[in-house]
Amino acid sequence: MKKFMSLILCLSMVLSLFTACAKNDSLPSSETASGDSDVIKIGVFEPLTGENGGGGSQEVGGIKYANKIYGEVLGKKVELVIVDNKSDKGEATTAVTRLIEKDKVVAIIGSYGSGVSIAAGDIIKQSKIPTMGASCTNPMVTQGNEFYFRACFLDPFQGNVMATYAINSGANTAAVIMQNGDDYSIGLGNFFIKSFKELTEDENSIVATSEFQVNDTDFNAILTNIKSKNPDVIFAPSSATTAPLIIKQARALGITCPIMGGDTWENPAVIDVAGKDAEGIVLSTFFDENDPATEEAKSFVEGYKKELGDSEPIIPAVAALGYDAYLLVLDAIERAGSTDGTAIRDAIAATKDFEGVTGVINFTDEGDADKNIAVIKTVKDGQFVYIDTVEVKQ
Amino acid sequence: MSFETFMQQLANGISIGSLYALIAIGYTMVYGILRLINFAHGDIFMMAAYFMVFSMINFSLPWYIAIVLVIISTVILGVVIERIAYKPLRDAPRMSIMISAIGVSFFLENLATYLFTGVPKGFPDIPFLTQAANIGGISLSVATIVTPIITIILLLCVLFITNKTKIGMAMRAVSKDYETARLMGIKINRVISTTFVIGSALAAVGAVLWGAKYPSVMPLMGVMPGLKCFVAAVLGGIGNTTGAVIGGFILGMGEMMIVAFLPLLTGYRDAFAFIVLIIVLIVKPTGLLGEKVTDKV
Amino acid sequence: MMINNNRKLMRRSLTVLIIIAFASIIILLDTKTIGDNYVRRILNLGAIYAIVSVSMNLVNGFTGLFSLGQAGFMAIGAFTVAVFTVPVELREAIFYIVPQNPLVANIELPFFVALILGGLLAALVSILIGMPVLRLKSDYLAIATLGFSEIIRIIFTNMKTITNGALGINRIPGIPTMWITFGVAIVSIIFIVLLINSSYGRAFKAIREDDIAAEAMGINLFKHKVISFAIGAFFAGIGGGLLASLLGTVDPKQFYFTMTYNFLLIIVLGGMGSVSGTIIGSFVVTAGLEYLRIFDEPLTVLGVNIPIFRAGFRMVIFSFLLMILVLFFRQGIMGQKELSWDMIEGWFKRRKGLPKKGKVDKGGTI
Repeated sequence: MKKFMSLILCLSMVLSLFTACAKNDSLPSSETASGDSDVIKIGVFEPLTGENGGGGSQEVGGIKYANKIYGEVLGKKVELVIVDNKSDKGEATTAVTRLIEKDKVVAIIGSYGSGVSIAAGDIIKQSKIPTMGASCTNPMVTQGNEFYFRACFLDPFQGNVMATYAINSGANTAAVIMQNGDDYSIGLGNFFIKSFKELTEDENSIVATSEFQVNDTDFNAILTNIKSKNPDVIFAPSSATTAPLIIKQARALGITCPIMGGDTWENPAVIDVAGKDAEGIVLSTFFDENDPATEEAKSFVEGYKKELGDSEPIIPAVAALGYDAYLLVLDAIERAGSTDGTAIRDAIAATKDFEGVTGVINFTDEGDADKNIAVIKTVKDGQFVYIDTVEVKQ
Repeated sequence: MSFETFMQQLANGISIGSLYALIAIGYTMVYGILRLINFAHGDIFMMAAYFMVFSMINFSLPWYIAIVLVIISTVILGVVIERIAYKPLRDAPRMSIMISAIGVSFFLENLATYLFTGVPKGFPDIPFLTQAANIGGISLSVATIVTPIITIILLLCVLFITNKTKIGMAMRAVSKDYETARLMGIKINRVISTTFVIGSALAAVGAVLWGAKYPSVMPLMGVMPGLKCFVAAVLGGIGNTTGAVIGGFILGMGEMMIVAFLPLLTGYRDAFAFIVLIIVLIVKPTGLLGEKVTDKV
Repeated sequence: MMINNNRKLMRRSLTVLIIIAFASIIILLDTKTIGDNYVRRILNLGAIYAIVSVSMNLVNGFTGLFSLGQAGFMAIGAFTVAVFTVPVELREAIFYIVPQNPLVANIELPFFVALILGGLLAALVSILIGMPVLRLKSDYLAIATLGFSEIIRIIFTNMKTITNGALGINRIPGIPTMWITFGVAIVSIIFIVLLINSSYGRAFKAIREDDIAAEAMGINLFKHKVISFAIGAFFAGIGGGLLASLLGTVDPKQFYFTMTYNFLLIIVLGGMGSVSGTIIGSFVVTAGLEYLRIFDEPLTVLGVNIPIFRAGFRMVIFSFLLMILVLFFRQGIMGQKELSWDMIEGWFKRRKGLPKKGKVDKGGTI
C-alpha cells in the first residue's frame, strides 16, 4: 500500500511536471501568437534562498521598484520574471535557461554573487540574450562575454579606491582580512594589497593578512593577531552578514583603528547588527543617498524610502544597483527600438552618459560600467554619511 | 607573541570552547539514548536565536522574560521534532532515522529562509552581557566571561539530573540497553522526550549566549556550529556529558591556537575540527571519556 | 510453456522497443528537433545526478556503508577537469590574482582523458581515506566521510596556485552533445549494474545485510568495502567532472557538504538499493525542483494576492515532501527492487483487482 502511495506521489509529481511544461508552453504562445505581444519580459535571476538569499532579495527589491516606476517601454508593459537560483551554480544554469527558453525574456538582470553569474555566462552568450549584472564584481563575469554587462564597478577599482583613501587619510600600515572562499572578498582584498603597496612604495606596509572561512562567525583569533601588529587601518571586505561580526569583535578587543570595507557594507543589516560599534567604519560605495548625484537618484531615494517604509531604514546599495541595471536595460531597449537580443546588446554597449542612481554610466569594451568615481562613506549616529569622493585613474 | 596577546587568545579559546560545549551536550545526550546524530540540533539552535530576536525586538519583552520564553519555545520545538520525525522511525534502521534528521535540518533551514529571509537580523542587545571589560590589557565582553561559568553550572545540573534523579536513572538505563529498559517498565518515550527537553533547552541558552557574542542571526547560522559541536561530542566520548564539555573546550582552544601560532594556516581552521574528528575516530573511537561499547551480534 | 515463451519474447521486444524509443528521443532532443535548451539542461543535469546518485547508492544502498563523502569526490573530479581542460592561453586571465603553478599551467588534456583522470584521482583519494575510516560503523563512518569531504573542499580552497582558490575556474569547455552526459551515464550505470550482479555485488549485499555473518562466510570485509567505496568515488569523480564541464565553471564553495544531502535525498526517494529507482529519483528531483518553481511565483486568486506564494516557498514545499517521504514511504519508489516487467504487470493487475501471480519469476530487467 505504501509503495503504491509513493508511486502515486511520484507519478503525480512527474505528471504535474508535464502539465506545467505544457502550461508554460501554451501561455507564451498565446501571447506571442498575435505577432508582437503587448508585454516585454525581462528576466531576473537572483539568489533568494541559500547562502546569498539576503543580498539577492534586497537586489530584487530595487529591480521591482524600478519596474513599478518605469513599467513601460516601446509602448508595451514590462513584465519581470523572477527566478531563484538558490545561490547554487547548477540551479543558476537551469534558472537562466528557463528564462530564455520558457519565458522568452528579451534581457536578463542578475545576479548577486559572481559565481552564479559566471556559471550562467556561457548560456547567455550562446543564446545571445543581453544580461546586466547588478552587483557581481568579479572580473570573470564579463570577460570574454560580449553579452554580459554590469552596472557596478569592479574589484580592482574598488580595491584601488580604498587604498587611495586610506593613504590620503594618513595611514602607513594596513591589515587585510579576507574571506577565504568568497571571490568578492578575495578579489577586493588582493587588489587593495597591491595598490596599497604600490602607493606607499613599501613592501612591508601590509602588516598582516588573514583569511577566514565561509560561515565563520568568530574572528577573535585573527583580530588578536592583528591587534598585536597595530596597523593604522584594517581593510575587511566581506559580506553584510560577516561585516558586523568583524566590526563588533574588533571593537570588543579594543581595536580602535578605522575599519574599512567595500560596497557590500552599505547595507542596513550592518548597522542593525553591529549597533553602535558600526560608528566610524569606512566604506566605498556608488551613490550618496543624502546628496544625490543625479535627478534620477533624487527621485529614487525619495520614492524607494517610502516604498521600504519602516522595514529597512536605509537603502541597500545593491537595491540601487538593481534599479540602475533595470533602467540601463530599459534604456537600451528603447534606443534599440526592438526586442532583438543583438540589437539590445549593441544599444547597451553604446550607452552614453546614462544618468543612473549610482552615477553617470558608460561601458568599457569589456562590458563593465566605466566608473572612475567612488563615494566614501562612514557611519555616524546610525546613518551612512558621505565623507569624501575619490577619483582614481585606471 | 607577547604575553598579553597569548592571554587574549586563551580567553578567546575558552569563550568559543564553552559555547561549543553547551551545544555539544545536547548532541551527546540524544546520541547516548537514541544512537542518533541529531543533525537538526544546529537548526534548533538557529531557531532559538530567531525566537530571541522576535521576543525582544518584535514583542519588546525585557531580556529575562524573553530568555524564559525562548527556552520554552525551543523545548517545544525540540520535542515536537522528536515526536514527528524520530518517533515513527524508532524501529527503523539507524540510517533511516539519520536521514530523517537531515531532512528536518533541511526543512528548518528552508522554512527559516522563507519566513525570515536570508537578510541577517541583529541579535537584540542584552545590556549587561555585551558590556566590555578590560582586565590587564585583555579586552573581554561580559558574555565571554559569563559563558564558561554558565556552561559549568549547566553541566553540573545535567550531571545531577542524570546521576541523582529517577528520570536520570531511567535515561542511563535506556542508553545502556534500550530493549531491556523497555522490558523493565521504563517509559521509553518519556525518557526520550526528557532528553530532547534538556538538549533543546541547552541549545536555547547556547543560542542566547552565542547571539550576545556573534549578534548576527540568519537561517544557515546553525550549520557549522552544529557540525563542530558534534565533533566536540565525539572527541569527548559520545554519550558522555562531561566529555562533551571537555571536547568543546579542546576544540575551541585548538581552533584559536592554530590561528594564533600558525597564522599561515588560518585557511585550514575549519579543517582542524574534522582532522581532530578523524584522528579520534581512528585512534580511539570512544573518545576521551567514552565507554567501550561492544557490538551485540 | 508456450505461453511463457511467448510472454518472454513479448517482453524482450518491448524492452528493445523502449530502448529504441528512449534513444530516438535523445537523438531528437540532441539534434534540437524537439524540446528546447531548458529541457535539455534539465535532462543533462538529471543524467549527471543519476551517475553520482547511483554511485552513492552502490556504497550506501548496496554495501550498507553510510558514506557522506560524495561532494568531496565530485570536487576532485570537477577540479581535475577544470584544471586540465581549460585552454592554456586563457589561464593567465583566469588566474589573475595568483598565477597557476607552472607544473600544471601548460598541461592541457582532452576532455575524456581529464574526466577519467578525475575519476581515478577521486578513487585514489577514497582508498587513502577508506583505509582508516571504513573500519568505523554506520554513523561514525557517516560523520568521518563528511569530515573528509569538507577537508577536501578546504584544501581546494587553499591550493590557490592550482585551483585558483575561492575564485574558481571558469571557461571550461562545455559539453557539445547530450550523448556525452547520457553516454557516460549509461556506461557508468551498466558497469555498476554488472558489478552489483557479480560475485562482488553479492558480497556487498551480504555485508549490508549482516557484516559479521558475511565475514564468517569468508568474505573479506575490508577488501570489499574498499572496492565499493573506491568505485563509488570513481563515479562521483566522473559525475563531478561532467558537472564542471556542463556548468563551465567550478569553485570550491559549490562542493559544500550539504551538496551530498541532495544525492542522499535522491537515493532515499528512489529506494536505497535500487538502481532503477535511483535513476528515476534523479530525474524526478531535478525536474521536480524546476516544476515547483510555481510556488515561488506570486499567485493571485480572484484579484487577491495570496501572500504565502513568494520566494523560498518552493524549497519549503520540497523539503516538506521529502519529510513525508522519509517518514511514510521509507522504501522510496522502488525499495530494493528493480524495475521489471513483472513489477509493471503487477501494478496493472492490482489496479484491475486481479489476484497477483504467486510465483515471481525473473523478468527482463531494464
